[in-house]
Amino acid sequence: MSQQVTLTIDGKQVTVPAGWTVVDAARVANVHIPVFCYHPKLEPVGMCRMCLVEVGLPERDRATGEIVRNEDGSPKIRFFPKLQTACTTYVQEGMVIRTTTEQVARARKDILEFLLTSHPLDCPICDKGGECPLQNLTMAYGPGTSRFPYEYKLHLEKRVPLGDLIILDRERCIICGRCVRFQAEIAEDPVLSLDGRGRATYIITTSDPPFDSYWSGNTTDICPVGALTTTDFRFDARPWEMHQAASLCNLCPVGCNIMFDIRREPELGGRFAVQRVMPRQNEYVNEIWICDKGRFAAYHFAQYGERLTQPLVRENGKLRPASWREALERVAQAFREAGSGLVTLASGRLSNEDLFNLARLTDHLGGRKVLDTFLAGGEWTDKVGLGRESDLAALGEGDAILVMASDLEEEAPIFWLRVKEAAQRGATLVVANPRPTKIERHAKHVLRYVYGEEGKVWEALLAGASEAAQALARAENLVIFYGQEGLDLATSDAVARAAARLLLTTGHAGKPNSGLVAVWPRNNDQGAWDMGFRPVADLADTLRQVKALYVVAADPAGDDPHLAAALEGADFLVVQDLFLTETAQRADVVLPAQAYIERGGTYTNALRRVQRFFPAVPPPEGPQPDFAIVAALARLLDLNLEGRSTAKGFEALAAQVPAYQGLTYKDLARVEEQFPLVSREVLDYTGTAYPNGQGLGVVLPNAVERGETVAPPEAPEFPVRAFQGLLAVPITRLYDRGTLVAWSDTLAPRLPEEAWVWVAPETARDLGLQDDATARLEIGDLAYTVRVRVNPAVPGGVVLVPRSVGVVLFTPVAVHLKAVVPAS
Amino acid sequence: MPEKHLLLRHRDIPDIHELEVYRKHGGFEAFRKAVTQMTPDEVTEEVKKSGLRGRGGAGFPTGLKWSFMDKKNWPHYVVANADESEPGTFKDREIMERNPFQFLEGVAIAAYAVQANRAYIYLRGEFWQVAAWLDRKIAEMEAAGLLGDNLFGTDYSLRIYTHLGAGAYICGEETALLESLEGKRGQPRIRPPFPPSYGLYGKPTVVNNVETLTNVPLIIERGGDWYRTIGTEKSTGPKVFSLSGHVNRPGNYELPLGTTFRELIFEHGGGIPGGRAIKAILPAGASSAILPATDEVLDTPMDYESVPKVGSFLGSASVIVVDETVDIVWLVKKTLHFFHHESCGKCTPCREGTYWMDHLIQTIAEGRATPQDLEILYDVAKQIQGKTLCALGDFATMAVVSGMERFREDFEAKVREAVMAGG
Repeated sequence: MSQQVTLTIDGKQVTVPAGWTVVDAARVANVHIPVFCYHPKLEPVGMCRMCLVEVGLPERDRATGEIVRNEDGSPKIRFFPKLQTACTTYVQEGMVIRTTTEQVARARKDILEFLLTSHPLDCPICDKGGECPLQNLTMAYGPGTSRFPYEYKLHLEKRVPLGDLIILDRERCIICGRCVRFQAEIAEDPVLSLDGRGRATYIITTSDPPFDSYWSGNTTDICPVGALTTTDFRFDARPWEMHQAASLCNLCPVGCNIMFDIRREPELGGRFAVQRVMPRQNEYVNEIWICDKGRFAAYHFAQYGERLTQPLVRENGKLRPASWREALERVAQAFREAGSGLVTLASGRLSNEDLFNLARLTDHLGGRKVLDTFLAGGEWTDKVGLGRESDLAALGEGDAILVMASDLEEEAPIFWLRVKEAAQRGATLVVANPRPTKIERHAKHVLRYVYGEEGKVWEALLAGASEAAQALARAENLVIFYGQEGLDLATSDAVARAAARLLLTTGHAGKPNSGLVAVWPRNNDQGAWDMGFRPVADLADTLRQVKALYVVAADPAGDDPHLAAALEGADFLVVQDLFLTETAQRADVVLPAQAYIERGGTYTNALRRVQRFFPAVPPPEGPQPDFAIVAALARLLDLNLEGRSTAKGFEALAAQVPAYQGLTYKDLARVEEQFPLVSREVLDYTGTAYPNGQGLGVVLPNAVERGETVAPPEAPEFPVRAFQGLLAVPITRLYDRGTLVAWSDTLAPRLPEEAWVWVAPETARDLGLQDDATARLEIGDLAYTVRVRVNPAVPGGVVLVPRSVGVVLFTPVAVHLKAVVPAS
Repeated sequence: MPEKHLLLRHRDIPDIHELEVYRKHGGFEAFRKAVTQMTPDEVTEEVKKSGLRGRGGAGFPTGLKWSFMDKKNWPHYVVANADESEPGTFKDREIMERNPFQFLEGVAIAAYAVQANRAYIYLRGEFWQVAAWLDRKIAEMEAAGLLGDNLFGTDYSLRIYTHLGAGAYICGEETALLESLEGKRGQPRIRPPFPPSYGLYGKPTVVNNVETLTNVPLIIERGGDWYRTIGTEKSTGPKVFSLSGHVNRPGNYELPLGTTFRELIFEHGGGIPGGRAIKAILPAGASSAILPATDEVLDTPMDYESVPKVGSFLGSASVIVVDETVDIVWLVKKTLHFFHHESCGKCTPCREGTYWMDHLIQTIAEGRATPQDLEILYDVAKQIQGKTLCALGDFATMAVVSGMERFREDFEAKVREAVMAGG
C-alpha cells in the first residue's frame, strides 16, 4: 500500500495516500474546495484559480531539521504568504489547510467575479441550469453583484457544432480546458484544442470529421458550465424536472452503469420517456465514463422503434393480432408436439432471468439451447475467467495483459480505457493483432500475424520462448482478452482453449485479477453461456431440421439470407422480440417482449460481473417481459417457472447455476465508497455523472475458485483454411448499422450510410480500385455493392468487412472484389 | 588599453563575431578549461562563488539553479532564453548579433556543468535573422571541433540548436518557453516543479537568460573571486542596461550593478531632450512599478536589493525614462493594452482582469470615467495580484497600482474632464 499522510483541513484531521492533492484530501474530509478546471481523473493544471486556499507547513529548524514547536508543544505552522491552488498542492505530513478565512472567501469572490464578467448569465434557458457548477459555486461563494459593465461584455457565438453530437456555446465557456484535457489524457483522441489567446481563447476541434471520438459525450458531463451540450439533450428538459432510474448499457459486453433521466414527454403523448443517458459511477467497470454509442443509442430503439404491441398468429398465410392466451396455446401445442425437436435460439441481449427460464423450458421438453453468436469460448471464461473480487484498477507494475484478436476500442470502448490505464500504471501489455489498433500505443510487445494464422501466435506463446511469452508467464497477474477481430466460432474456440491452457499452465488461473475475458459481441453473452446456451457450428443446417423453433431476441433471417432460407425447413416458428423482424415476418406466432428499459433483471458482463438493471419507464400496453412470457408458456406445458419477480427468478437461477450459487439481488446491491467521491451535491468536483447507490454488482467465482478440477486443455488444433485469392475477414466497428443503434436519430450522422470495406493500398492497386470507389463484393452466391476505403494499416491480400454494416460475413472466406464500372 | 566592456566586447574588439578573432582573444579557452580541467561540479561551484544572478529579471543565483538539477533523472538540457520579450529590453539581441561566441561559449559551459548533451536557444519569432546568424556561428563551432562528439579529446559531447517561437511575450516565462519549445501552446506551467527537476520533455533543465550565460566564460576564465570585485556585494558583476524613452542617447550601457539611475540617465544617456524635467522611470520595462523620478530614486543604485526599497524591481534592467510631458494615464493605458494583448488566457484573473482593466483605462483615458471607475480599476488590479498562475498577471498590475498610487493627480484630472464634459 502507498504511504499515508495526515494533514489538517479546517481543523479536521484527515489521512490520505501520499501523492494526493489537497482538493482530493478535502473532498474525503468533507470540506468543500470549489474547483472548475481540476478534475480528479485529470492531471491538475491550476488554471481557473478557484481552489485558492491558505497552506501551512510545520516549520523546521534549519540547523537541526527538527520541527519547531509552540509553547504548548504543538508544531509551529508557517503559512505561505500567498494563497495556493489546492489542486496543485500535494499533501504533506503535518500540513495545515485553511479554507474558511476571510482571505480565501475574498479570493473565491474575486475569481467568480472574473469568471462571470463575460459569462452570458442565460441560466434560464441553459441546459446546465440546475446542475451547473458555475451556478452552484456562485450561489455558495460568489459576489451578489458584478461591477463589470454590460457594454464591456463579449458577445460570442452561441451555437458552434463541435461535431455531430456536441454543440459549443462560446459565450458560456470559461476556458477551464477540461474537455481538451479529457480528450488528450483519457480518450487519447486529442481532437479538441484551445485556439487564440487571452480573452480570445476558444475551444476548437482539430479533426476531420470534427470532434472525431467515441468519447465526446463525456466532455459535457465534466464541462463545469453549459458550454458543451449534446444534440440529444440540448433544450430538451430541465434537470430538476427529471427523475432517475439506474440501468446498464446493453450495447456491448462492458455493462456500463448508467442512469436514465426520465420525464413525461409531450412529443410522445405525455408518456414517461428517457431524456438522456448519464454515466453512473462504478470504478470496477466504467468509472464515471460511457462511450457515445451508449449515451446516444442505449434507449432509442425501445422508445422510438416500431414496437410490436400484441401477439400475432398466422392464419391463411398472414399474421393477425391475437390474444396472449390464443398465441401461447398455439405455441404450447406446437412445442408439445415437437418435444425434443424443439430448438430455442436466443441471444445474449436477454437478461439472465430470461435466459434461465428459457433454458429450463427447453430442457423440460428435451430441446436444444442454441446461442446466436459468432464468438465461442464461454465455457472457458467460466472455468478460468477473472476471479472473484477482480478489479482491473488493481493491475499495474508486475502484471501483464494480453489483448488478442481485438480492436478493443471498437469492440468495447471502456475495456480499451481500462487496459490502457493498467498499461499506464506499469502493466506489461502484449497486443496480438494482424493490423495496428489504438490500444497498441501502449503495448510493450506487438505480435503481428496473418489473418487465419492465430494458431501460430499461440504456438509461440505456449512454447514460452519469446520475450512476450516470458513476460506473460512471469507476470504476477495475467489477464487475457480475446475479441472479434477476424475470428469465427471455430477459431475463437481454439483461441479460448489456448488462452485457458496458458493461464492454467502458468499458474495464473484461479487467482483474483487473473483470467480470461472474451470481448463478446453482445452484452449478456456470458450470461447466456452460463445458462447453458451454446452456439452450433452450422446454424443453417440445424434450423433446417427443427420441428419447432423458438427464436428469442435474435433475427437469423435478418442476419443472413442463407438462414432465412433454412428457416423454411422449420415446421413451426415462434419469434419473441420487440420488433417485427425479418424472422418474425416468417413466424407462425409472434410474441411481443418488453424492452429492458421497461423491466428489471441482471446481465453478466464480460468480466463476469453480474449487475442489475431496473425498470425505467412504464411498459407499453401489450408486451410482456421475456421471462414472464416463458413462464406463462411453461405453465401450459406443466412446468412451474418464476414469471412475476426477477428477484425470485434470480434466486431460482442462483440455486441451480453453479457460478451463481447463493447470489441474491441483495448482494448485487452492495455499494462501497469509491474514489473519486461522486455526489450530485458537489457537481464541480466530478461533473454530472451519477453516484452509484444501487449496487456495484458481484464478480462470479470461476470454476477453479469453485473448487472444480480444471485440467489444462490440450493445445488446440486451429482450423486450417486452404484458399486462394482475396480473403474477406469480418471485423467489428463500434458504429455499425445494427438494429439497436439504427433507431437513434442522434447517432445517425455518425453511423455508416452504406456498406464499406477496408483494403490495403497494394491490394487496391492490384484490383484496380481507388479510395472511395464503388465495388462489387462477391461472397459465394451473394453479392454486395460496397464503398472501398483504402487503409495503409490493413495487411495486403485481405478485405476487411465490418460486421453489421450491410455485408453478411461470419467467417473468413475467399471473395472477389471488382470495380463497378459506372453505366455510361 | 583598459577593457571597457566584458559583455559588449564587440565595442572594444572589432570583428569579435569572427571565430578566429574571438579565439585570438582567448575565446573558448574557458570552455576548454572547464571540460578538460574541471569537474562539472567545480564549474557550478565557481559560478556560485561569483555571485552571478539571473539577468532575465528574477535575479536568481545562477550557480544555485544549476546545482538543483536532478541527478537521478537524465538526460539534462540547457535552454538559453533568447525570447527578450519585455518592452524596452534590447540587450540580448546586441549580444547575440555582435558578440555571439561569448554567449555560445556560455551555453556550452553551462551544458557541461549540468552534463547536458543538448542545448537549445529559444528565440522569439521576430528574431529569425538572429537565429539564422546563430546557426551559422554554431556551424562554425562544429566545423572547428568546438561542438560535437569527444570535445577536446574527452568523452563529452554537445550540440546546440536554435528554435524560433511564434512571438509571444509569455514565452519569455521559462515554463511557457519550454511548452513552446516542445511544440505546444506557449502557456506557463504550474511551478513547482521547477525546470531543474521537471523541464523540457519533463527532464531536468536549466533555463538561463542570454546575458546571464554570456557572463559565464569570464567567470571560468578569471574566477569567481575576480567577478565579485565588480558590482555590489549581493549584486555582483556587470550588467547591460537598456536605456530608452526620453533620453538624449538611448541604447545599451554596460555598467557595474549598483550604478545609480542618475548616472545612467544623465551621464551615459545624456539627460532629457529639450532640457525638460524627468517625471518617472520604469526600471524593468512594461512590467515595472512606475517610479516617480525623485532625487531619492535617481540616487538609488540599480541592483537587485536597492530598487525594491524604493518600490519597484530591477528586472531585466530595461530603463524607460518618462519626461514631464507624459500623462501617466496614457502610459498605463499603453501597458494595459500590451498585457491584455499578451495575456495567454490560461488563468482566470489574468485573462479576465487584463481584458477588464484595458476597457476601464480606455474609458478613463477618453475622459468618460466616473470616480467609481478609478476605484474599480484599482480594485481589479489588486484582485489579480497574488492569484495568477505566472508572474505576467502580477506584472500587468504593476503600472496600474503604482501609477494610481504615485500619480493620482493624472487620473483625477481625467475624471474631472469627464465630469465637466458630462455637465
